[in-house]
Amino acid sequence: MSENEKSDNLGGASVLASRIDASCRVPLLALFGGAALWLVVGLAMSLVAIMTFHKPDMFADCPFLTYGRAQAAANDLLLYGFCIPAGLGVMLWIFARLSQAELCLPLASIAAANLWHLGVLVGTVAILIGDSTGYAWLEFPRGASVLLFAAFLLVAISAMATFGARKERELYPSHWFLLAALFWFPWIYSTANLFLIVHHPVRGVAQAAIDWWFSNNLVFVWLALVGIGTVFYFLPKLANRPLHSRFLALFAFWTLILFGTWCGIPQGAPVPAWMPSASAAAASLLIVPLIAIAVIACKTVCGSTVACKGGPMCHIKFGTTAFILSGLMLIAASCPQFSRVVEFTWFGPAQAQLQILGFFTIVMCGAIYELLPRVMNFELPFPKFVRLQHWLFMLGVVLWVGSLAVGGVEQGMKLQNPEAAFADSTNVALIFLRAGTTGLLLILLGSLLFAANIFAMTFKWKMSLLKTMITFIKSPLATEEVKS
Amino acid sequence: MKNGFSVFLASFLALSLSWCGFVLGPAKQLGTQKQAAVLNSSDVYPIQRSGAAALGLQVYRANGCAACHTEQVRQDGVACEVVLASAGKKPTAVSNLLSTLKLAGLTKEEADAASDKISGAGGTVETHVVPVGVEIPRWGLRQSVAADYLYDTPVQLGSLRAGPDLANVAARFPDLNWQLVHLYAPQAVVKNSAMPPFRFLFEVRNIKPADTPSPDALKFPQGFAPPAGSEVVPTTEAKELAAYLLSLKVDAPLYEAPFTPVMTKP
Repeated sequence: MSENEKSDNLGGASVLASRIDASCRVPLLALFGGAALWLVVGLAMSLVAIMTFHKPDMFADCPFLTYGRAQAAANDLLLYGFCIPAGLGVMLWIFARLSQAELCLPLASIAAANLWHLGVLVGTVAILIGDSTGYAWLEFPRGASVLLFAAFLLVAISAMATFGARKERELYPSHWFLLAALFWFPWIYSTANLFLIVHHPVRGVAQAAIDWWFSNNLVFVWLALVGIGTVFYFLPKLANRPLHSRFLALFAFWTLILFGTWCGIPQGAPVPAWMPSASAAAASLLIVPLIAIAVIACKTVCGSTVACKGGPMCHIKFGTTAFILSGLMLIAASCPQFSRVVEFTWFGPAQAQLQILGFFTIVMCGAIYELLPRVMNFELPFPKFVRLQHWLFMLGVVLWVGSLAVGGVEQGMKLQNPEAAFADSTNVALIFLRAGTTGLLLILLGSLLFAANIFAMTFKWKMSLLKTMITFIKSPLATEEVKS
Repeated sequence: MKNGFSVFLASFLALSLSWCGFVLGPAKQLGTQKQAAVLNSSDVYPIQRSGAAALGLQVYRANGCAACHTEQVRQDGVACEVVLASAGKKPTAVSNLLSTLKLAGLTKEEADAASDKISGAGGTVETHVVPVGVEIPRWGLRQSVAADYLYDTPVQLGSLRAGPDLANVAARFPDLNWQLVHLYAPQAVVKNSAMPPFRFLFEVRNIKPADTPSPDALKFPQGFAPPAGSEVVPTTEAKELAAYLLSLKVDAPLYEAPFTPVMTKP
């Protein structure tokens, strides 16, 4: 990496770097533009869903926005609409940069981006009209999943071709994480779809077990692989220091994929006891990769003289901290004693929201702010929004996730108290939910600022394309040809 | 790791292990499950839901009810309870003995010792198996087990109790009209309920003085009735959903979830 870093700064290589960046331009804009739109729509949908807890009869006559549908649509929009395409875009750029080669098969990626966003649109409409599959994090029906699956394979082909074209054979740690993520998604997504939706669904509670396995592998492991892979690429670059210990990174990678993939079966689940027990054991071992990742991040950043000033580095730092916290929450929720209290409360959604919004979204925003000006070859149209968005997100995530988590614990204590009425548990959770709505609003505002930058950049680029076209049409060369 | 192939191998190894554990394992162990025998009875469990209730599960799925309601009850364990069946010929001696003994929350050995003492004094006793836990009196008779969901597709376990658990809701609220009114206007039957009303599953009709009101029209508690001259009629979807809710009843003792059913006077 350090060699790459040096060569980036060299005059001759910077021409190559700008050629690489230019080759990513259209696929990345297609992926990020849709992702930014889905982020805003998804957060707005979350807000619509949470309004039910402020005024229960708000959507009593509107089947499309009833809580169960709006909530599922919001979750899937954030995960499938924003996280995955944004992650894929950042991954393509990192692969091209690490390979020191132009993006291979850019047309495949452009087609994939459009297919993917079409799939998200189809899936979301299906959920809102009541056509969801009823499995958590897998609500998109068959038609949408086929589109998503095909799109992912197309991006994977483009990414693998770029990876194969690399000049330096030695792999950088980010490579491991991102390659594993490329392999992970097709496997888990096809398994979940084949077992639960396409084929005859398996019988009884085995459906729930497969859905838990899938959602843990997507929401925790996949996001961790892509997010941490991105962090390991950008953190050293931004801090202007080499990544601490390649060996420790390898250790973190191995333990993360080995233990992370076994988590996710709830402790009170009505399944044979070996399953929750295996999950609890794996979750307790998850502390090992968390510590390793925390040590790598700290040692890489400590001693850096670069001030982050609310820029991309702040995003990445906050995101990494949020990942460690979300991992700790996952471990806590798998601990049998604690899970008695917090299972079936808002603590679970709090962990998922921290993973998606606090960790992944913020890391992706930071990475996109850093790479997009290079890819487009002009500065961000609203550079001040970067810092503002960082603060809005940080405050919003702390308020939103914090109130869900604390509300969840309070709710769980009431539920475990035989003297307390059930209504007490709902009432105590309601107070926290209503307070947390402020946080969600701040995150929505932040996402608007992010989208403004992306859309303005796309617009500016399209205008410049248009100008080039007009100058081309008006160019004197054409008239000369007519004369001759 | 030096090349892409070793990363692939590492990922393959890690993911295939958990795939065998949490996909293949449950698909083999639970996916081939059959009806189980009810303890001390010749019945089998569970029985497939009726047509309307099975359709109601799809209404439940479409509207995402599982976002707020679980259908699973947990318990901490089981205990024995000694219950006097008859006092025999020396009721005073038995009743004196009873007041000195601990009769609930016993282990099997303690229960045997207590019943021996009471039989010695001339009384007849029964030993009941009772599930223990905070959720038992509140949500159901026993914990949920895999067999309870045998015929459901999709299985709607849920993961959040923003609303009450529904595993046994038919036992708590067996009245069809109550269920329908609760769907139309939850606050009419549960004070301060946080549940959103599902008015889109109902039709409000005007009735002319000459018409006879629909037999399906909801009967509201005082103060919540629609204005005179109109009635609230459930759509097919609402009826199916209510049928599904009324089919949610877990009352069979099984080998993996034993309890002694207690007959209560109707």
